[in-house]
Amino acid sequence: MKTTDSFGRPVVVVTGMGVVTSLGQGKADNWSALTSGRSGIHPITRFPIDHLATTIAGTVDFLPSSDKGASALTYQLADLAAEEAIAEAGIPTDDFTGPLFLAAPPVELDWHDRLALYASAKEEDGFRNLLANARRRRERDYFDASQFGTIADRLADKFGTRGLPITLSTACASGATAIQLGVEAIRRGECDRALAIGADGSATAEALIRFSLLSALSTQNERPEKASKPFSKDRDGFVLAEGSGALVLESLESALARGAEILGVMRGCGEKADDFHRTRSKPDGSPAIAAVQAALSDAGMSDSEIAYINAHGTSTPENDKMEHLSLSTVFGERMREIPISSNKSMIGHTLSAAGAVEAVFSLMTMRESVIPPTINYDNPDPAIELDVVPNRKREADITSVLSNSFGFGGQNTCLVMAREPV
Amino acid sequence: MSARDVMITGIGMVSSLGEGTDAHWQALTAEKPTPVLDCERFSPYLIHPLPGIDWGLQIPKRGDQRQMETWQRLGTYTAGLALDDAGVKDDEALVASMDMIVAAGGGERDQAVDQGILDAAMTRNDHDILLNEKLTTELRPTLFLAQLSNLLAGNISIVHKVTGSSRTFMGEEGAGISAIETAAARIRSGQSSHILVGAAFQTEHPDMLLAYELAGYLSRGDWTPVWQREKAEGGGVITGSGAAFLVLESREHAEKRGRKAYAAIGPVVSERVRRSRADLAEALTGMLESLPPRDGTIMTLSGASGAHAATAAEKQALSTAPGFAIRGFSSLTGHLKEAQFPFAIALAALAIERGHPYPVFDAENEQPLEGAPETVLATAIGYNLFEGMGLVTKA
Repeated sequence: MKTTDSFGRPVVVVTGMGVVTSLGQGKADNWSALTSGRSGIHPITRFPIDHLATTIAGTVDFLPSSDKGASALTYQLADLAAEEAIAEAGIPTDDFTGPLFLAAPPVELDWHDRLALYASAKEEDGFRNLLANARRRRERDYFDASQFGTIADRLADKFGTRGLPITLSTACASGATAIQLGVEAIRRGECDRALAIGADGSATAEALIRFSLLSALSTQNERPEKASKPFSKDRDGFVLAEGSGALVLESLESALARGAEILGVMRGCGEKADDFHRTRSKPDGSPAIAAVQAALSDAGMSDSEIAYINAHGTSTPENDKMEHLSLSTVFGERMREIPISSNKSMIGHTLSAAGAVEAVFSLMTMRESVIPPTINYDNPDPAIELDVVPNRKREADITSVLSNSFGFGGQNTCLVMAREPV
Repeated sequence: MSARDVMITGIGMVSSLGEGTDAHWQALTAEKPTPVLDCERFSPYLIHPLPGIDWGLQIPKRGDQRQMETWQRLGTYTAGLALDDAGVKDDEALVASMDMIVAAGGGERDQAVDQGILDAAMTRNDHDILLNEKLTTELRPTLFLAQLSNLLAGNISIVHKVTGSSRTFMGEEGAGISAIETAAARIRSGQSSHILVGAAFQTEHPDMLLAYELAGYLSRGDWTPVWQREKAEGGGVITGSGAAFLVLESREHAEKRGRKAYAAIGPVVSERVRRSRADLAEALTGMLESLPPRDGTIMTLSGASGAHAATAAEKQALSTAPGFAIRGFSSLTGHLKEAQFPFAIALAALAIERGHPYPVFDAENEQPLEGAPETVLATAIGYNLFEGMGLVTKA
């Protein structure tokens, strides 16, 4: 088997995958829920919903850290996904010996900690009181939870990854960027394998309110499982969610040498920034178009070779329209026939984790020859003519997938994956 | 020499010492370089504040300025300085294909809203409901975007049209180290031809100080150079507002458009030393030994923060190994967190281009050096985590 691609670079394959979403922990549970069209979206119980316009989410509520704050939960989500991925790859779980790329949400001192700190003594006024209490109490846990490097440091410690771990954020494209960084490092010959994780456990009340104030969230609270309806006419926003996806990326040469099972191939990654607006895409869709084209060209593939698209499909009026426009421009008339589905119809938008979670599901789609559906597709948007694999899974022989990730701040990252090495 | 050497062709820098390369060169080569300090606003802590900046010079649209808080404005402004300095600012095709890596923390929270919540919480027990009540009614909707880490890069795309790619690394000094290391590796391997890389830190907000002081890292009392803070009250760190952005290009790319470079980035090494178990000084000595051999003593732009343990370990490593003349620049700029390593690289490149070393910033702890520097070491040893260093060499 040829271990370099058409550009002479090492072929990068996936040898381990792990996932956690509101649907459950691990690939088996997630896949069975996803292919039976089950939604993980539910009423919020983590915090009171008084005064909130949106009262539903795809939070991960079944873990010990689920009520311990964004930093602790994000760590646990990343930890569980990575453990599953590394174990599947057949690599010792304490001696990974490749670099770590972690997509994670920006962290802040948790409100509960801030309130506790402020109230612990009242000696001074305003911010000076907070600083004085911080100085006096030296709460190492508060400190660690508010440092951006902590989660990756702990993961690196546990899994024995090599060197300085990279924590990154490209908003809702973060998970895809983590994979891209790993692919690039292997192609540069810096390592034989890399651990790419996207994790997000940041569904706090404040996070929900922030997105709500930007009118980004669905307010269809009455039937939570019906709220996320990508490409439907009555879609009204995304559903905030949590989750994690982890992938062991490895050079084909290294995977073959150690006899590892090859779960799929990372053929190409492409990106293009948008300079139009902080939250809105350029009306002509040119940055998203360029990102898709860059991924295809990096994969050395033509658009005719893409068999299925794992959509960004957030269920916001803006994204789904823009994604349709961009894809129609790249794929032309054929876009009506390419199956495209949105995992977010069931798991909601896992933000920093989304790109990694959806890459795992994309690879499973090829391996299992089953396309998970876009659920809640009861009222199609006539302006968006797509085969969204409505409401029911579909058996199909899929050899290649395009996965899209678009985010605030003009972030557009696309991945092209294949079932088997060429 | 290789067509893919990593050349520094543009530098943008801002600190309490001023704005741009000339202002920094003058301030740092003055007979007696003196720090600019604000001892009142955040007492008992000292900070090195931002100089006066006419934001409109790099962010012409008022609307854009309004969408950002000071941190994003500072980064966007400084990125503009670097693009100007590299002569690419008005070359639409060049910025549209330019890659970007920004090292970022988070932006500023609304201090008044937060204080209102803290005070109200003293008189009631339903804190979660209080949060919902206050945050839904008092937060400015677009403030979220001014706080998001990746929106510094987003604003650079909007204001300066840098749109080849946009990646934001997080994680204090380590983010700045990885940003430079990754950018250089991408150019060296042919994955990119030109990249904007850098970071900004705006310390003039209580939360920015709180992030250090939760573990007692901040120094109190009078100003001293970073190497002399063991005896001062507190943890040793004095912070500053500042930013550094670099335009990096492959040698081939820079030569094709006829640009002279300040200097080249040589090998960069980074680490995650398990400080609770390993001896940091020993690990740093190992990193120094992994750099290619050089002749004589080289100037070392140290990003030492003043944090007691990390600073002592770095001092020990650099003074035990032969051949390093240290300049602890944070004595004069304050600790710039994510921007620490990009700033060290910028200062190193500047000295190579000017053909002079910096004078000592702390006569008791730093050795004078003569002659035009050809190779300079830049370091950033995290106050809490992560370590990096790299050589900057003559173009």
